[in-house]
This record gives sequence, C-alpha cells and structure tokens, in this order.
Amino acid sequence: MSDYILEMNGISKEFTGVKALADVNFKVERGEIHCLIGENGAGKSTLMKVLSGVYPHGAYKGDIVFEGAVQQFHRISDSVKAGIAIIYQELALFPDLTVYENIYAGNEVSRGGIVNWNRTIVQAKQMLQKVKLDLNPETLIKDLGVGKQQLVEIAKALSKNVKLLILDEPTAALNENDSENLLELLRELKSQGITCIMISHKLKEVISIADKATVLRDGKTICTLDAAKGELAENVIIKNMVGREIDDIYPKRLKRKFGDRILEVRDWSAYDAELGRQVAKGIDLHVKQGEIVGIAGLMGSGRTELARSLFGNPKSYRLSGEMRLHGAPVQLRHPSEAIRAGIAYVTEDRKGDGLFLIQDIKNNITAANLGNISSRGVINDNEEIRVANQYKSSLNVKAPSIEQIVGNLSGGNQQKVSLGKWLFVSPKLLILDEPTRGIDVGAKFEIYTIMNKLIEEGMSIIMISSELGEVLGMSDRVYVMAEGRITGELPIEEADQEKIMHLATL
Amino acid sequence: MNLYKETKSLVKVNIREYGMYIALFVIMLVFTIMTDGLFISSRNISNLLDATGYIAVLAVGMTLVIVIRHIDLSVGFAAGFLGAIAAILLTQAGIPVLLTIPIILVLGIVVGLFNGVLVASIGIPSFVASLAGMLIFRGALLRVTEKTGTINVKNEQFNAIGNGYIPELANVGGLNLLSLILGAAFIVLYIAGEISKRRNKLKYGLEVVTNQMFVLKLVFVSAIIAYITWIIAGYNGFSWTVIIMLLVVVIYHFLTTKTVLGRNIYAVGSNPEAAHLSGINVKKITYIVFGSMGMLSALSGILYTSRLQSATTTAGTLFELDAIAAAYVGGVSAAGGVGKVTGSIIGAIVMASLSSGMNLLGVGISYQYMIRGGVLAAAVIFDVMTRKKRS
Repeated sequence: MSDYILEMNGISKEFTGVKALADVNFKVERGEIHCLIGENGAGKSTLMKVLSGVYPHGAYKGDIVFEGAVQQFHRISDSVKAGIAIIYQELALFPDLTVYENIYAGNEVSRGGIVNWNRTIVQAKQMLQKVKLDLNPETLIKDLGVGKQQLVEIAKALSKNVKLLILDEPTAALNENDSENLLELLRELKSQGITCIMISHKLKEVISIADKATVLRDGKTICTLDAAKGELAENVIIKNMVGREIDDIYPKRLKRKFGDRILEVRDWSAYDAELGRQVAKGIDLHVKQGEIVGIAGLMGSGRTELARSLFGNPKSYRLSGEMRLHGAPVQLRHPSEAIRAGIAYVTEDRKGDGLFLIQDIKNNITAANLGNISSRGVINDNEEIRVANQYKSSLNVKAPSIEQIVGNLSGGNQQKVSLGKWLFVSPKLLILDEPTRGIDVGAKFEIYTIMNKLIEEGMSIIMISSELGEVLGMSDRVYVMAEGRITGELPIEEADQEKIMHLATL
Repeated sequence: MNLYKETKSLVKVNIREYGMYIALFVIMLVFTIMTDGLFISSRNISNLLDATGYIAVLAVGMTLVIVIRHIDLSVGFAAGFLGAIAAILLTQAGIPVLLTIPIILVLGIVVGLFNGVLVASIGIPSFVASLAGMLIFRGALLRVTEKTGTINVKNEQFNAIGNGYIPELANVGGLNLLSLILGAAFIVLYIAGEISKRRNKLKYGLEVVTNQMFVLKLVFVSAIIAYITWIIAGYNGFSWTVIIMLLVVVIYHFLTTKTVLGRNIYAVGSNPEAAHLSGINVKKITYIVFGSMGMLSALSGILYTSRLQSATTTAGTLFELDAIAAAYVGGVSAAGGVGKVTGSIIGAIVMASLSSGMNLLGVGISYQYMIRGGVLAAAVIFDVMTRKKRS
C-alpha cells in the first residue's frame, strides 16, 4: 500500500458551460517529485487552483484528501495552513521590498502586531541557506535575476513549513544554468522529505527529474507514468498529451492556390525594454497571398510579441531586421499605419485589449475604420448602422440588435464582433491571435468557415494558436516558435502533433 | 395600461439617466414649496443659471477629461489666472474685447496642451501634473494681482458677458420676445431632431419606444423647455451667460455623439489598449481633451471676471472641485468611457439649485457644504448600485 500525501478524487470544475475538469483523479506519494503535464488548456492550472483553495470548497465537485484527511479549503490561507504552497509562473513578489520582507510577507514574525525585524532577518538568512542562495537578505527583489527570485519564492514557501510544494512552470523564464540549479534544489528538498508537484512543458526536464508524471488532456486524467517502471519516455508522453484525432471540426477548403508573397520578414528581432529582454530573435518568415500560415508554440514563446511587432509595434519594442509588404520594404510605427498598409490584428485577449466592452456592437465594429463612414469628421449614422448590420448578419452574431452592449455577449459572439471590426478595415493580411480561445465548438466551426471564406476571397491569414488540432486542421504551412525564435517550418503535409510538440519544447 | 408598463420598464433600464432628472425635479419642487414659490420665480431661476455658467462650462470639459480616465485639478486657478490676464489686457493694455477673448481662449488651449504633454508624453499621473498646475496658477494669479489687488474692469461690452441679456426686440405682455422666439426655435429643433432619429431607427429595424410613448416624451420635454423659457422671459430674458452655456453644450454634445473625434475619445476611455490597437492615436486624443479643458477654463475665467466686473486675488478657488462634483453627479464614471456632456450640465444645475435653494431658506454655509457633500456621495452611490444591477 502506497503512502499518499495527496489524493484528489473525482474532481470536476465547470466555468459557465465549459467543463475545465471532468472527474480528474490525481494521487501523489509522500516524498516524490510528481510532474503534471498536458497541452495549454488541458486543466493543469485549474486543478492546482482547486487544490490551493483559489476555487473554494463547493465551487468544484470531488474530494481532496491531504495527509489522510478530507480537506475543505475555503481560501488560499487554508491550504497554506495545511502545508501546501504554490509558486506561480508569474512570481508573486513585491519588487520594491527587500528579500527578507518578501519571505515573510503575510506571515510576519511579530508579536501583538509589532514586527520583530531583527528576528525576521535572522530567520530569512536560514531560509536562504536552505535554498542555497548566498545573498544579503536586505537586497531588493527587483535587483535580482528571475532565477534568484524564484529561489526566494521557494524560501518563502519553506518558511511556512511547507509539506507539499507546487511549482507552475518554474523554469519557463529561466536560462539553462538557473534551470539546472533549480532542479538540483528540488532533488535536495526531496531528500529532506518535501513532496513536490511540478507543472512543466519541457519534457527533457520532466524525464530527468520526475518520479512519476500524470498527463491531463481536455480536463481528464489520461494516465500516470512511473519512472521506476521505465514509462517516462518522450514519445510516450507526447502521444498521451496530444492523443486525440482531428475530427470533422475543421471545414474543408477547396482552393489551395497561392499568389505572391505579401509579407516577408527577414532577420527580425524585437527587444522589449520594459522586460529587458529580446521577445523575438532573428525571425525569418513569409506569407503568400491566399495562404493560412499557422504559428504554433507554447504560451510565452513570443508569438504574440512577434505579431505585435509586425502590427505597427504598439508596445514600442526596439526593432531590427527587414519587413516587406508586397515586396516593398516598410516601417510601421503605429497600428494606424499598419491598418493603412492592409494589416489587421485580432488580439488574443479580446476582453483585455480587443473590444470596448461597455459599448455596443455597432460602435465596436466601426471603431477601427470610422474614417470610412464619415465625412469631415462627422459620422454618417445611417451608413454606420448599415455597415454594422451587414457584419452582424454575415458573421452571424447572435444578438437582438446592433445596439446590444458587447460585454453582455457570449465569448463566441464577442469574437465574431472582434473579427467584424477588423474585416471592416478590409485588410489584405489578417493576423488572428488565438482565434478560438474560450469559445464553444459550434462557434469555433463558424470562425473556421469564415476564415476559409476570406481565403477564397484572396485574403491571407496568420493564425497564432496553442491548439495543435487547430493548427493542423486549418493551416497551409506551419511555423513553430520557442523562446522567441522560429524553431521550425513545416509544410502541412509533413506536420503532425509530435513534430510540432518536439519543436515547441526545444 | 401598456403605457404605464412601458414607462416603468423605460425608467428601469435608464434609471441612471432618468434618476438625475427626477432628482433635479424633486429638488426644485421641494425648494419651491418650502420657499412659497420664491425659488421658481423668474428672477431666481435666471440668477441661478447665470451663477452656474462658469462652473457648467468647466464641467463640460471635465466630463471628457474623466471619460479618458484622467483628472484636471488646475482648471480652477487656471480660470482665475486667465480671467485676471483678461482684465489686465482690457484695462492696462487697452486691448479691445473682441481681441481679448480669442487671446485668452488661445492661452487656455496652450495651458491645457501643456498639461496634455505632461500626462500623455511624459507619463506623469494627471492628478499630480494638474496639482502642480493648480499651485503654479494660484501663484501666478497672486503675482499678477499683487500690485493692484482686485482689478476692476469698466468695459461695458466685456461685463455684459456675465451680466447682460440678449436684446428684447419687443415686450409682449411683460415677456421678452426674442427669448420666446429662441425657446420656440429650440422646441421645434428638438421635435424635428427626435422625429428624424426615430424614422431612421425604424428604417433599420432598431428598437424604438411606442408611438404613444414617443408623443408623450415629446410633449413632456417641450413643455419643460417652454416653461423654462416662459420663466426666463418673464425677467430679463436669456442672459449672454446662458446663451454661451447652451452653445458650449450644443457644440460638445454634437462633438461627442456625432463625430469621429468624439467616438475616439470614448473608445480611449473605455479601453485605451484596444483603442491603441485599433489605430487610434491615444496621445493625440489626450492632447485634444486637455486642450479643450484649457480652453473652457479660459472661458470660465472670462465669464467669472465679467460677472464680478473685476479680477480678484482668489478667483477660481475650488472651481475645479465644483466642476468635478457636477460631472460625477451628472453620471460620469471614474472607470472611464462613460459620461454625457448633457448629464454634467444637469449635474451643475443640481448643485447650483441646492446652493440657491438653501440660501433662500437661510441655511447656514456650514450645513450647505455638508448637504452638498451628501448629495454628491448619494449620486455616486446610486450610480454604483445601478451599474452593479445591470451587469
């Protein structure tokens, strides 16, 4: 009989109509390093949020058994008290505070509300030793590299007497050296009896460190692989991760005839001064007229940043390299210039930076091209209503009228409005960033059908997507990105899920 | 019966907008009763509107500033300072009125643009940038009035802006004819506009209120305009201040509802990121909004100086807060993207009515401040509650 520190039994979690987790079983033995793997959207993070109490007891179905007792976590502090700590991909440190203040933030060494700073510093030093970080605890967090910040996060977790440490893609932002250090530390902690769950996309890392690995796909547990039984091999993991067949969810397209290259990018790099790193490095790519070019890759691989650097560079990256439209070199300094040059960009986060949620469908559809329905700066109301109605019906937006507030529409209909806004600028090249994220299957099919129709009308499309099925089902050619670089280019005939996964996790 | 139901649902859906008109109506009614009709007398209403002028134009500009998620605290003393400059130009430099006014307005635009540059290009939070501006203008106002103290303006033309009335043409039974004509014209324009709007909506199959409701609304609003006109015509008729105020409202209402610029302003307010990605030049919009704010501060300064027939050392004190309060009472949202110019004017009139009514009742100034503060808080609480309900 194994000694399980954690058993999650029959966990189900629904978000208004979408099943994020369906009857997931997940067991972790005491003292092991257990990796949790799966595609983006497979449900890994949701499962960990259920475990840590971000989604309180009652918001999900199923049981959490921790240390032999059924637990009901109502808030994050409950799970922390039980000895569970999560370290997120986006570090939750205060950059302007010192290391020791961060380690004990929310858990101050105090008496009657008065903090004892001297003892805090002494204890912080001990914690830093545990994570092998030789550092003055009075250093400010913002002066540390990401690798060291991560270690501070772990020290913070250790200060709370953690029994189960959960790391969400801890090495995603680290270089090789820092990654190796971190993995070494995890082994060390394991020898001290701390159990560890690690979410990771880097399969090599998983194979090198994990005792066991559980694969999630579409919100379900697929299998648990055991290193001791020699089950942890790259091909086995990938097969289990992607497993599903591409069904008939992708409408067929008749015409596959491509014209000239309408976009060509050579040795294109973008440096983000705010982050202080290159977000795109030495990119070479081209798009032909009438082609759907898929850009695959994991989250954070630089796909969105690349798209934005081409679309008038709204974040003011420092750019280098050459960009040609219809063969002529161009420099686009503002999204408005990109729009005039015939490019449209449908953002990934339609609520965050795509739509005007408090405005109606009509205002959203015409927002990027008001010049077309106005004369001398005065909007022609009739023309605007005509245009909005036209897109509402051609894109089949389900709403009582064009005066409906966009924030009240479903995800699929919002996406159609977002698409309509960009089709109204009549672009030659349409960049779609995760065009079907968070929308239901029916709406997905409609969006794919629209894409095919646009291609038949002679438009070209760049489709950024984390869903491999979508990339394979819709693209004519696929680029794969990892860490800001293009790691491979595959004609659709040669592309398959394993190859793309391999290139994306390089 | 159906009409009653429709009214109910209309009020429910538009509770925020109608709430303000209802509040204004109730406030006026209560004061009228409590003062035995003195409040609603021609003379009092006329004075009340004239006294609102310089705050109302600020509130209009402030509405747009708050819509794009900024604030401008410098407008009060900017108005005071520019008003003093106007007085100096008129008295000491001897520049004619028709030249002074454009000079001051342009100066106002420059001042506003400077704020815009600080906020949009350098990235200083507007609260801090305009707080600095407030201190600077306060100092500048003191500096230019230091030697002379209060500057008296004896220019009749200029003083007419704040104290004069439009010509009467003829007197019809104690009523000002031109004012009556203006009021009638206003009603005709309103009805024509509403009818064409409704026809258009019907043509495109958009939702409209029923015929009965539509007629009822037209009659109701026309009656109100007619009544106000009648009251005002009974005293000296429309003052130049009210005419200027109406012009500003009409122009800004048109600008915000009918033009590309207006649409872009609201787009920037409701989601700056999305606006930027839609090809809207967010910086340019910010410049324009702050520039317009500066121009309206200048106008406010002119109205105030002209009304007092002098530039004082404390002119403009707390104007900015009155304008902000008027905008919030008028339904502007601090979250950005929401707020109507017409609402802010009503907000300004609500606040002015409170002051005027309480003055007539002889309520002490200490209580006046507390009550006005309570009304401001209540308006915003009402706003937040109704917003929550809808979403």
